[in-house]
Formats: sequence, C-alpha cells, structure tokens
Amino acid sequence: MAKTYFTEDHEWLRVEGGIATVGITNYAQEQLGDLVFVELPETGKKLAKGDTAVVVESVKAASDVYAPADGEITEANGTLSSDPSLVNSAATGAGWLWKMKLANESQLEGLMDEAAYLAHIG
Amino acid sequence: MTGDDTKHLPLEDIHVAAGARFGAFAGWSMPLTYPAGVMKEHLHTREHAGLFDISHMKLFEVSGPEAVSLLNRACPLDAGALEISQSKLSFFLNEAGGILDDLIVTRLGDQRFMVVANAGNAVADEKHLRALAADFDAKVEPLERVFLAIQGPEAWAALSRAGIETGSLLFMHGVEPRQNWFMSRSGYTGEDGFEIGLPETDARDLVAKLLGDERVLWIGLAARDSLRLEAGLCLHGQDITPETDPASAGLMWAIPKEIRASGAFIGADALRAALERGPAQKRVGLKPEGRQPVRAGAALFDADGKPAGHVTSGGFGPSAGHPVAMGYVATPLAKPGTRVFADVRGTKIPVDISSLPFTPHRYRKG
Repeated sequence: MAKTYFTEDHEWLRVEGGIATVGITNYAQEQLGDLVFVELPETGKKLAKGDTAVVVESVKAASDVYAPADGEITEANGTLSSDPSLVNSAATGAGWLWKMKLANESQLEGLMDEAAYLAHIG
Repeated sequence: MTGDDTKHLPLEDIHVAAGARFGAFAGWSMPLTYPAGVMKEHLHTREHAGLFDISHMKLFEVSGPEAVSLLNRACPLDAGALEISQSKLSFFLNEAGGILDDLIVTRLGDQRFMVVANAGNAVADEKHLRALAADFDAKVEPLERVFLAIQGPEAWAALSRAGIETGSLLFMHGVEPRQNWFMSRSGYTGEDGFEIGLPETDARDLVAKLLGDERVLWIGLAARDSLRLEAGLCLHGQDITPETDPASAGLMWAIPKEIRASGAFIGADALRAALERGPAQKRVGLKPEGRQPVRAGAALFDADGKPAGHVTSGGFGPSAGHPVAMGYVATPLAKPGTRVFADVRGTKIPVDISSLPFTPHRYRKG
C-alpha cells in the first residue's frame, strides 16, 4: 500500500516497497508558473537529503527541487524532456519528476501527511 | 523583498480583483502574472491585445524657452530637430559614456517635451535633470499619472471601441488627446501598440471599457519581460547599465550622426573616444541549442574554453518556441551564427549568436 508524504519545500513523495516517486505539489507548480524545461537527474545518482535533485525552469526563473531523503535515483520522468508542462497540468500524477530507492526510510517520519501539508500552505 | 517603502500602483485593487500574483520590481509591488499565466499572456499579446499597468514608470514634462538646450545637454539628442509629436529613444549618459537610463523623449510643442523614464531610475533621473535644469531657463515637472500600455495587433481596435481613435498616429509619435493625457504609439513588446499616461479617474474608466472587450487581457511583468526579450529590447539594469555605453550596446542608431560629431551632451567626449577605438564587447542575441534556458549572469566561453562574455537577459520565448537570451561577447565573436558556450550549473550549453529581434517587429510606421 503506497503512502504519500509532503515536505515543507512543496514536494510530494509516494512510497511503495522502499521506492519513492517524487514530484512538486500543485501549490508549487502554481507558484512557479508555466514550466519550459526540467533538468532531470541520471539514473544511479546518489543523493543526500537536501541535495538538488532536479532543476525546474519556468519562463522567468530556474528553481531547485531537493532530495527529500537520502537515496539513489532509479528513474527520471523522461516524458518531461518533451513536455515539461505536464508538471503544471498534472503535478501529482503524470508530472512526477523522479523515483529513488530510499536509503533510510526513518527519514520519512518528519514529513507531513496531506492534511498537515494543506494546513502548512494555509 | 517588499519593505515598508514598497510603492503600490494606484490601480492595485483592480489587479487584486483580477487575480494578479504580485512581486517586487524596482521598489514597486507589481503584478507578475494573472490567472492565465505567463505563456498565455505572452501569446495573447502577440495575437490580440495585452493591457499592462506600467505606472511604475515616470513621466516628466520638460518645458520652457531653453527646454531644447536642456535636453541637448542631458541627452545625446537633437531635441530641436524633433517635429511636434515625434518621439525618440535617448539616454542619460554619465561622463564615461555609460548609460544611466534609457528614455523616450517626445516633443509636445515648441518648448514642451515629455520624457518617459524607467521605474528603477526615476528618482535619480529627476534629481539629475533638475540639477542640469538650474543652468537653463527650463522647468522639470514630474507628473502624477496612471500609465497604461496596450499592445498587440488588436490594440488600436480595442482603443477605438473604447472611444479613442488612433488612426493617424504612427509608431514613435505621441500626442495629448485629452486634458492631462499623453498617448504615444510605442511599447516594449515589438508589437503595434500604445502607451497612455492619464489621471487615475480617467484610467479606471478606460480600464473598465477595455476589459469589457474580449480581445483585451491584463498582462503581467513576467510576460512583459519575455515579450521585450523576444523583441530584442534592452532592460536597463541588465542589458544596459552605467558600465555599458551606447556603442557596445548596439544603440548608436538612437544618436544622430551630427550629434555624435559635435553634440555637447554629457558623456560626449567619452562616447567619441569609445567610437574611435571601437567597442571591445558588443550586445548580441543568443539562441541556446535545445530547450534549456540560459539565464542572466551565465558566463560565455568560446570554442577553446576562453571567456567570451556573459548573458544579461535570458529565458524562454513563448512565440519563438525556444529559449532566447541576450548578452555581451567580445567584438570578433559578435557575428550571427558564431557558436559560443554558456555555463549553466557547470554544464556547457551550446549557444549561437543570433540577430535580433527573435520575433519580427510589427510596428505601424505608416
């Protein structure tokens, strides 16, 4: 059974079998505006919590998306190379950014559930 | 970010009601985007008509028997050669020939001119102009106006429906169609369009009429920036600064030949010297290969990896359909088609020097 977590940096993680699928929240994509490019990570790249995993670029600016936990990239969403606007139209679905094998699932304990996240963004 | 002294637009309530997202720019709280979003706003302007609140910019009326002499001192301009209603791009230069601000000067009468200055420089511009005016029989009067731009192929038709006929007005001309109004056929998008300075009450009335027209949409600062960048137009503080002169910026077309030779404007000697030796760097268009935008501040390198210049503005061009940028490169490299490389977070992105504009200008010149 997958469980979804949220970070203060406006990312979501769907975790199933030790693999987290990560994206940005609908709130985050609204703040960024129309995305025109997503710089995706290479499979196998090891990340520590807080490292820049992906850079999303809107018409106006580039923004970092951070690794919400330690782990190793197992897949990047290659569809975004040709259609970065999927992050705007389906932030929590087809616009996911990357999948990672979590090194330490206990890091998830400090994250928010959806209700807490919605309260966080007010 | 926004401090206590942040300035607010007179029509801010209208932007709030329209769902604008605000951000700080040049000391002002400005609408960055509306619910349509930057991409749609940009494309709408090129296809129909975009309405911009540019009240952060400043209008100055310069008048008096020596108004011409004052402007000829302040700007590399032959103000006396302007016909009534004619507008011209000009500059305030420092003694080193660097660009303190770029301005549009319009002749309203024999002894009256309108000067439109950038928001970020308005206070310094006023001080500068007033100090110079002390030596001339001329008056500098900052005007309290709402300043609107309506841009795009249907701008004239939308104004016409709102009761404002623009038929005989041509690009880079400005008139006073009503009391305390100033309207010029000009803009910052590369499209046909108008800029209108007017009292707040009149502005509220005009905005209500224009927004009742389905061809007209509010456009925020984000799309204003992508539109002007595609059009190859400079943003002062980024593409032109007190450290760049009109020769390296490729803006010598704004300075009449006889003025270059004999004008007594501030910075004349330095500019002549710069022209004599030729600029070491030149402003160019930059077209990154692929989809990844190259942003302001990115360093440029030549094919051998040697420093070649830097990017001053960059983003994505919604009408061009690819990333667009401009910047400065060493003069020998400043030829369309030359390939350089931009450093983006440690990766070298191939970038071709490109002619400007990226999107053809569609001005109404006659």
